[in-house]
This record gives sequence, structure tokens and C-alpha cells, in this order.
Amino acid sequence: MLEYAIKGDKKYYGWIAVLLGLIGVGFGFYLWQLKFGLGITGLSRDVSWGFYIAQLTYMVGVAAGGVMVVMPYYLHDYKAFGRITILGEFLAIASLIVCMLSVVVDLGQPMRLFNVIIHFSPHSMLFYDMIVLNGYLFLNLVIGWNVLQAERNGTHYPKWVTPLIYLSIPFAISIHTVTAFLYCGLPGRHFWLTAILAPRFLASAFAAGPALLVLLSLIIRKVSNFDPGREQIQTLAKIITYALIANLFFFGCEIFVAFYSNIPGHMDHIKYLFVGMHGHGVLVPWMWTSMALMVLALILLIPPITRHNESVLAVACVMLFIGAWIDKGLGLISAGFVPNPLHEVNEYMPTFPEVMITIGVYAIGALVLTILYKVTIGVKEEVRA
Amino acid sequence: MEDSRRQFLKVAGTAAVGLSAAPAISAVAASGGHGAQPHVRKGADALTAKQWGLVIDTTKLDHEKIERIVEACHKTHNVPDISAEKVGEKTAVRHEIKWIWETHFHNAFTDQPSKYISEEVEERPFLVLCNHCEEPPCVQACPTEATFKRPDGIVIMDFHRCIGCRFCMAACPYGSRSFNLRDPRPFIKETNLAFPTRTKGVVEKCNFCAERLAVGKPPACVEASEGAIIFGDLEDPHSEIREVLREHHTIRRKASLGTGPAVYYII
Repeated sequence: MLEYAIKGDKKYYGWIAVLLGLIGVGFGFYLWQLKFGLGITGLSRDVSWGFYIAQLTYMVGVAAGGVMVVMPYYLHDYKAFGRITILGEFLAIASLIVCMLSVVVDLGQPMRLFNVIIHFSPHSMLFYDMIVLNGYLFLNLVIGWNVLQAERNGTHYPKWVTPLIYLSIPFAISIHTVTAFLYCGLPGRHFWLTAILAPRFLASAFAAGPALLVLLSLIIRKVSNFDPGREQIQTLAKIITYALIANLFFFGCEIFVAFYSNIPGHMDHIKYLFVGMHGHGVLVPWMWTSMALMVLALILLIPPITRHNESVLAVACVMLFIGAWIDKGLGLISAGFVPNPLHEVNEYMPTFPEVMITIGVYAIGALVLTILYKVTIGVKEEVRA
Repeated sequence: MEDSRRQFLKVAGTAAVGLSAAPAISAVAASGGHGAQPHVRKGADALTAKQWGLVIDTTKLDHEKIERIVEACHKTHNVPDISAEKVGEKTAVRHEIKWIWETHFHNAFTDQPSKYISEEVEERPFLVLCNHCEEPPCVQACPTEATFKRPDGIVIMDFHRCIGCRFCMAACPYGSRSFNLRDPRPFIKETNLAFPTRTKGVVEKCNFCAERLAVGKPPACVEASEGAIIFGDLEDPHSEIREVLREHHTIRRKASLGTGPAVYYII
């Protein structure tokens, strides 16, 4: 089926060229990082994880969000999603590739990467994260490819795929749960030390992932002869709405516990994010923007009249996607380190090379997604013809 | 199809033969006279313990003494001096490497804030370093066992195994770990050839002078402290350190987290 990926018009090849260009630039900056060390990033002794690990956290969410189309179709027999489950599965694959590359570019000694396997330590959450991320990637590859091939041949997918599909559902939940466990099990980091971190991650995942899927569906409808479907998009919109409500609710719970209990350790990081601390507050405007975007998105998503309008829905999805990205991709990780364990404030902002490397990583994800979606659309168009 | 299947079986068969021969090969190799397992012998003068610990008598320390202690430690362990003069102020803060350093009471003991702290204690310099926890969160976090706890209680690192993921830095509640964001070697004034230098991309921290204990010497900070720092076996009720702990009231950093820090402070 891969042949569909090399049959495209000028626009398609132009897009591929743009992505390859970005990958090239990102790789150039990565070579610099390999030579100098992570010192070319904004990371420091105090803020030891930053932009890269935040992208892992965010994109794990997008990957897990794919399960929101898989579950209704395979578990609840919601037939309409049959058209787009493959889009969710392939989105998960591309997102997972972004996740894993984000971890690799974050390593100080990437050539020792396989020490994680050679000297595996089951007490480390990173070990489990490696297992679930790779497992989920593998499952989606096998499932997606087989289901698509069956669709092309006009047959039912092989029976042995069914248990894998069921297995992929808990795996989707687990990738984001284990990723939350990386942070929320650490004794000295009060910002993350909350049992609601994993549920909050899942809620934002089930909002941001499907939001991206809605946007991708609208793009696919524009650039190809395959229409993911109005009903499908509207059902996704409802899922997004509920998930976003849950996400904001969980965040509210967090705020209540921190500020009603009045325990400084719990309030400090939230204060740093939203009002700044000791005169430091680079993230303050970002965080308020994030909150405003998510609340506005919710205001647009709740009334049926705006939600049913696909243009408005698209705007809401963009706002939600960006809002959740700021929240998780910028605020959540670095704020856990500010103030530091000795209550000193050393701020973090990603540097230009760091951003370029990240863009390169995202471009690789986009390239994988483009190819997989091109194949999917090719099959769908062929089957219809 | 049939062909490729046969090909696969052939390869698989060859591999199986290879695998079954492996034990025999290793048996032959083992009988080569080198002995089965590498064995590390303890030196005749080596100092040993079940859980090494420190008591820092903060009443006996001042800025000059602390400076000497920090210098002794950092010199012994080739800790680079990435100073503001060389790389600029902002970069120096970010790239700093430190194993032991001076701070204030409110920074060292963030969970014991006193609204009306005595002026003398507020002014007093405090030494902070790795606590060699009884239940170290960094060891739990490390995905490669590059950080591990030795039978004598020292939490130590294998710099050659560390992949630089910095999970341990997130896990440490004391900020005791540093990461080599760049090559540290150009910033070492005099290299101590008795201790390894590090490469970029690995984490490092205090090792309780394991290399000095092995040859019967006390930790460098203890030696430089002129009696202000006492070291010994916390699990031995007859040790000097336990005697000191019996006689003085001491506190530990963030003891409420359950990490069991092995560094005690006399205030």
C-alpha cells in the first residue's frame, strides 16, 4: 500500500519538501547540541527538564487521544467511527514517534540509550514508560496496517487482530498514566505530587487528541476526495467538550486543594505560574493565555449552535489545542522545578536551538503522519471508486 | 512464499544451534584460568560501615571554613569551576556544578520556617550536600542503575553508565545533583589524577568520598572541617557519630518526606 505515498501532486511533494527542510535544519541544530552538550538549551541545574520532556508529555496525550475513536467503534459498536478509526490510530503512531524522539534529544548521552534495556531497572518509572510507549506504537502499527489492508481488499481484518485492538485500549490509558507517574511519584516536587495528575493528563489528552483529529479531518476533506464525515466530526466535538470540562474541573480541584489548605509548598508553583514569584514570572502571560483559550474554547463548544458550525468548531479546536499545549508543553514541566528544592527561583525559557530541534522532531512526526494519511486516503478513494 | 519460509527456517535453525552451543563456549571460556567472577577486595585500611552518615555542627562553621571545605571537596573530585568571568553570569548560574555548598537556614530547611528566627542563625552559613538517604528517591528513579546505594549506605554513581536523562535530578528533594550541560574539563584548574573527570551529558553529585574511605581516609569535607563535621556509622550504636547524636539535638533536611537523610545538623 506504500505506493500511494509516492503518488502525489505538486502540492503534496511541496509539503514533503518543506517538512524535509525543517527536519534538516532541526538535525543541524541537534548536531550542535551533540557536540556542545545540552548547554545550548535553556536547561539548568535547577530546571533540569524543559521543552523536550514537555513535548513528550503533550504528545503522549495526543497519542492517547486516538483511543477516543477506537473505543466507541470497537467496544460500543458505534459504526460511524469506522470511517476514521484508522486516522486515530495513525495519528497515535506519529505522536508516539514525536514522543520518543523528544526523549532521545533530551538525553545527555544518547549513544548510551540502550543502557535502559541492558541494565533495566523495574523500580524506575522510565522503564515502564519505555514499555508502554513502544507497546502502544507497535499495537497501532500492526492494527492500523492490517485493518487498512483488509479494507483495501474488501475483506474483514484477520481474527488475530481483534485481541490486539482490545489490548490497545488499556495501553492508550496506560501511556498517559505512566507518563504522569514519572512526575507525580517524586517526593520533593509538590506541584506534581498529586493523585489527580494522571486523571488530569488523561482529560487533557482526550480533549487535545480528538481536537487535532477534527482539524486533520477538516483538512483531509479539503485536500482529498475522502470525507471523514460530518457526523463523525460532530461526535468528536462532543467528546472534546466533555473532556475539556473534565480537564478544567480537575484543574479547579487542584487550585482548591492548594489554596484552601493554604499549604505554601502546594501554592508556590501555581503562584509562580499565574502571578510570578520574587519578581520572576516569564510564564505568567502564557498561562493566562492558556486558561483564556481553554475557557473560550469551552464557551464555543458547549452551545450546540456554535458546535454544529464546523468553522466555529475548527476555531475552538485550534484554541483548545494551543491552550492545552501551553498548559502542558510549557507550564507543567518547568514550573515543577520553580522554585527549586532550596526555594530559589531560577527561571527557564527554551532557547532558539532548543526550539529548532523541537520543530525538527515535530516535522518528523508530521512527515510520518503525512505518509500514513496519504496511504489511508489512497485506499479510501480506491475502495470508493 | 514457500521459498522465503524455508529460508527463515534455515536461519532460525542455525541460530538455535548457535544458542545451544553458547553455554559450552562460555564454559570453555570460564575454564581459561581467569576465575569465574571478578572480585573486588577491600583494602587493608578501608573504612567500613552499614550506613555512613555525617553530623554537621553548624555552630562551629563560618564562611572561611566553609570555603575551605567546599574547595577541598571540589578539588578532590575535579568539580569544574564554571565561573561568571569565563562564561557570563547567566550561563554560570545555569551550568553550575556543585557537590557541597553554602546556603542559608531558610534554603536548607524549607519545611521549618521560623517567622521570628534568631538573628544569629539567620546569618549563620549552612552547608548542604547529598544526604545519602536511607530510601533514596534518585536510586528509585534511575532507569539504568547508574545511581545505586552501596551496602555501606553511600548513594553513588557510575558516570559511565549514566545516560543523562536527569530523572534523578527531578527525584532529589534536596537539589543535590548537577548535570554536565557542557564539557567540564576546560573548567578544572588542577586535575586530580586520582579521581576521574566527567564527560558532558552525565549527572554527578557527592559520593561521600568513597574513594578515600577505601584507603582509610576520612571524607575530604570532614578533614577540612577541623572537627565541625563528624562522620561515622549511623547503625553502630558505639560509634562516635552516635555518641554525638545522643548528646546533641539535631535536625535533618525535609525528614518528613521519608527519605531518611543521613546528614544531621546541630543548630
